[in-house]
Amino acid sequence: MAAVTTAERPTITAKDFQGPVDPDWCPGCGDFGVLNSLKKTLAELGKAPHEVITVSGIGCSSNLPGFIHTYGMHTLHGRSIPVATGLQLANHDLTVVVTGGDGDGYGIGVGHLIHAMRRNVNLLYIVMNNEIYGLTTGQTSPTSLIGMQTKSNPEGNLDMPLNPLAMAISGGATWVGRGFSGEPKQLGQLMKAGMEHNGFSLLDVFSPCVTYNKDQTYPFFKERVKKLEDNGHDPSDWRQALEKAFTWSDEEIPIGLFFENRDRPALHETEPVLRKGGPLALRPLGISPKQGQALVDKLM
Amino acid sequence: MSQFDLKIAIGGAAGQGIASVGNILAWIFARRGLHVLAYNAYQSIIRGGHTYLTIRTSDDPVTTHGDTVDILICLNQDTIDRHLVNLRAGSFVIFDEDKIKPGDVPDGVQVCGLPVKDLAKNPTNKRLSNTIATGAALYLAGFDIDPLVDSLEKQFSRKGPEVVAENLGSAQAGFDFAREHFSPLAGEIPDKRPGLPVISGNDALAMGGAAAGVKFYCAYPMSPATGVLHWMARNGPDLGIVVRQVEDEIGVITMAIGAAHAGVRAMCATSGGGFALMTEGIGFAAMTETPIVVINVQRAGPSTGVPTKTEQGDLWQMLGASQGDFPRIIVAPTDIADCFTTIPEIFNVADKLQCPAMVLTDLLISEGTGTVDPGVFKWDQKIDRGELITTSNGSNGDGPYLRYKITDNGISPRAIPGLDGYIHVAASDEQDENSILISDEFTNPLKRQAMVEKRGRKMASAKAMIPAPQLEGSPDAGLTLLGWGSTKGVLREARALLEADGVAANHLQIKWMVPLHDEEIMAILSKSKKVFIIENNYSGQFARYLRSETSFMADGHIRKYDGEPLQPHHVVDGVKELLKGESTLYVPTHEIMV
Repeated sequence: MAAVTTAERPTITAKDFQGPVDPDWCPGCGDFGVLNSLKKTLAELGKAPHEVITVSGIGCSSNLPGFIHTYGMHTLHGRSIPVATGLQLANHDLTVVVTGGDGDGYGIGVGHLIHAMRRNVNLLYIVMNNEIYGLTTGQTSPTSLIGMQTKSNPEGNLDMPLNPLAMAISGGATWVGRGFSGEPKQLGQLMKAGMEHNGFSLLDVFSPCVTYNKDQTYPFFKERVKKLEDNGHDPSDWRQALEKAFTWSDEEIPIGLFFENRDRPALHETEPVLRKGGPLALRPLGISPKQGQALVDKLM
Repeated sequence: MSQFDLKIAIGGAAGQGIASVGNILAWIFARRGLHVLAYNAYQSIIRGGHTYLTIRTSDDPVTTHGDTVDILICLNQDTIDRHLVNLRAGSFVIFDEDKIKPGDVPDGVQVCGLPVKDLAKNPTNKRLSNTIATGAALYLAGFDIDPLVDSLEKQFSRKGPEVVAENLGSAQAGFDFAREHFSPLAGEIPDKRPGLPVISGNDALAMGGAAAGVKFYCAYPMSPATGVLHWMARNGPDLGIVVRQVEDEIGVITMAIGAAHAGVRAMCATSGGGFALMTEGIGFAAMTETPIVVINVQRAGPSTGVPTKTEQGDLWQMLGASQGDFPRIIVAPTDIADCFTTIPEIFNVADKLQCPAMVLTDLLISEGTGTVDPGVFKWDQKIDRGELITTSNGSNGDGPYLRYKITDNGISPRAIPGLDGYIHVAASDEQDENSILISDEFTNPLKRQAMVEKRGRKMASAKAMIPAPQLEGSPDAGLTLLGWGSTKGVLREARALLEADGVAANHLQIKWMVPLHDEEIMAILSKSKKVFIIENNYSGQFARYLRSETSFMADGHIRKYDGEPLQPHHVVDGVKELLKGESTLYVPTHEIMV
């Protein structure tokens, strides 16, 4: 990958990220807004499509890598994060964007998510959170509210909804935000900040499912969301961030940048092999006969 | 067979320093250029229990820890109670007579009780009783004290001159006591210097990875595979290998696949339970056509099973790992040296075929430690990455890049992410040549069929990439001992013992399980009047696999599934029993209670 200077670059627009096929999401799905914002943000940051890899799990929103013109990996259900971790460590020159839904990331994949946060892998994880399982035709998700009736819980959900933002703040994520696909301008700003952040960025996005979630709809969020930046929130204060993460009422559901820690280096900057030298994938393979002989000498 | 063949066993509780006695002896033997093999029978506890290390040395290569013991060192009462019965006339038993009482001693066994309290310079240092016993053992084996002095100085120099002096004094006291009271075992000890390297199978697997150009290794700790992780963690930073401990084996394999997709050679190791978690990832590697090498160090299952005991019980797990029908490579290294050799071999096959590749070892050879011919360690091996595109001039140059292009041999040129002109998506969903999904609304049976066939065609060229198994012994022996993987050494010795008893046999050991050289194997087996399959499992997993691939049914089976490895006499007794024709199955009983 020869370095291309800014002067040599053709101007990049959102159209350069136009995927080979149109999304197969239901008309009105919140994921359209996320995809549009992502394409615009990548263009705004001047990323060339081949410098970016989108990695996803399984679910409606995880089909996104097929709808955008970047490198992509559409992985197993819940496993986008470890795959993306391996990719990022093997080539830290790539811009790694992980996309998926709440079932994928907060349900089956939550065991990986919490550890990726601890590791501070440099990537942006966008979770299109619709509080329901869509592709499997409407079952309770880890973020479904108590009492929500679905095909898998016709009597109403009994389980406490997972709080992804509080989990991320306490879990070691160094950038934690929440957007709403009905607020595209702020969503784009959050994506840009999350991508520019050096470390693990979790961007939870209210992305309403118009087909299966009749509770958390566009109007539901429009009436309740309040932007953190309008209310003097300090994202460097984890106590404030946690308090806002636990705020959820008919009067206020906060969106915006909750928490940011700029001091902690990303994993590839502290890992002993990666902290010096270029991307692992471009380094020569094997070890020298001298190194090999030293290993054998240790066995004598 | 060799003139010089010495077997020493050391028994005690975990935490009593058995491994350090074993290491000292192995170092002394190997430095003299003698071959060594050690097998440790132990349990899943950190302190207590019963640990029993057998170490065998000879001027010929040692392929199995053998049947008998010449010198038994007992570090606790339990050891003498359990193992005295296994000794034969002429052998020695060494113990601290202040603390340990021998029971009924078999005829001819020489009892070497050491007055440790009198001999020890520092009776409060418990470890010194090991050193006293080691000194005595070395005299009884016919060695001089000098190599033990060198070894102790090497081992304890870090701890200061006092500790060195204490240990040297204790070793000399044990050596002298034995010299005053006993005659050593008869026979000259050959001097074969220069020395030989000593290594465990797990370390050999890891070093093989380094030789193969592995750049990314990740794992979750699991016995008996953890040794690979430890070697990688210790040496990775100096060798440019990124080593990561991951939250679970699902994360391990998917992280390795991500790294492999980015273009590095990635490897991971686990045991059967961890491999079970990895299985969905195996299919993911197959569908995205990502080369990846996964090592399964088998232990006795199912479930948690017997974590510190050996078995060959995971063959069908490997054969059937993950849903769907797809090409895979499975190899079972046959000894410690082969653990090293196999890894560069299988990486080349995996890279060329762009498919998951699995290495099936077991506790016996992975935790087994022994000398290997230093010529085994080759560092200038051919690294063949197959059709891998790692540079770009800004375009594919030949129309749009098709990651999954349909080709005659099923292999599609693979570009690493980051290159201008090669953008593609690798998906776990079925996809067309151009990586557009055909799994959902675009489903097309003809496209699906074409992609299944494209992947399947890759196996047609696989057999030519690997060597066919070779028969040991005369093709006309009439009887073939057939084994796979780690049993090579014990079958080789069993064949020699049988021949000494007038029973002619040859020996065929299978290493590459998938692809299987079915025609070559059948050409060999068809010349034998009788074929006995010997394996370390209950249901005859290899026998069933061979039958499924070739319709061949063996005449007899020797199967052991008690957690301990086969010893030569188990095979010899089994062959003789099966030859009577009264039964087609022989199950040996393990005589040593460990």
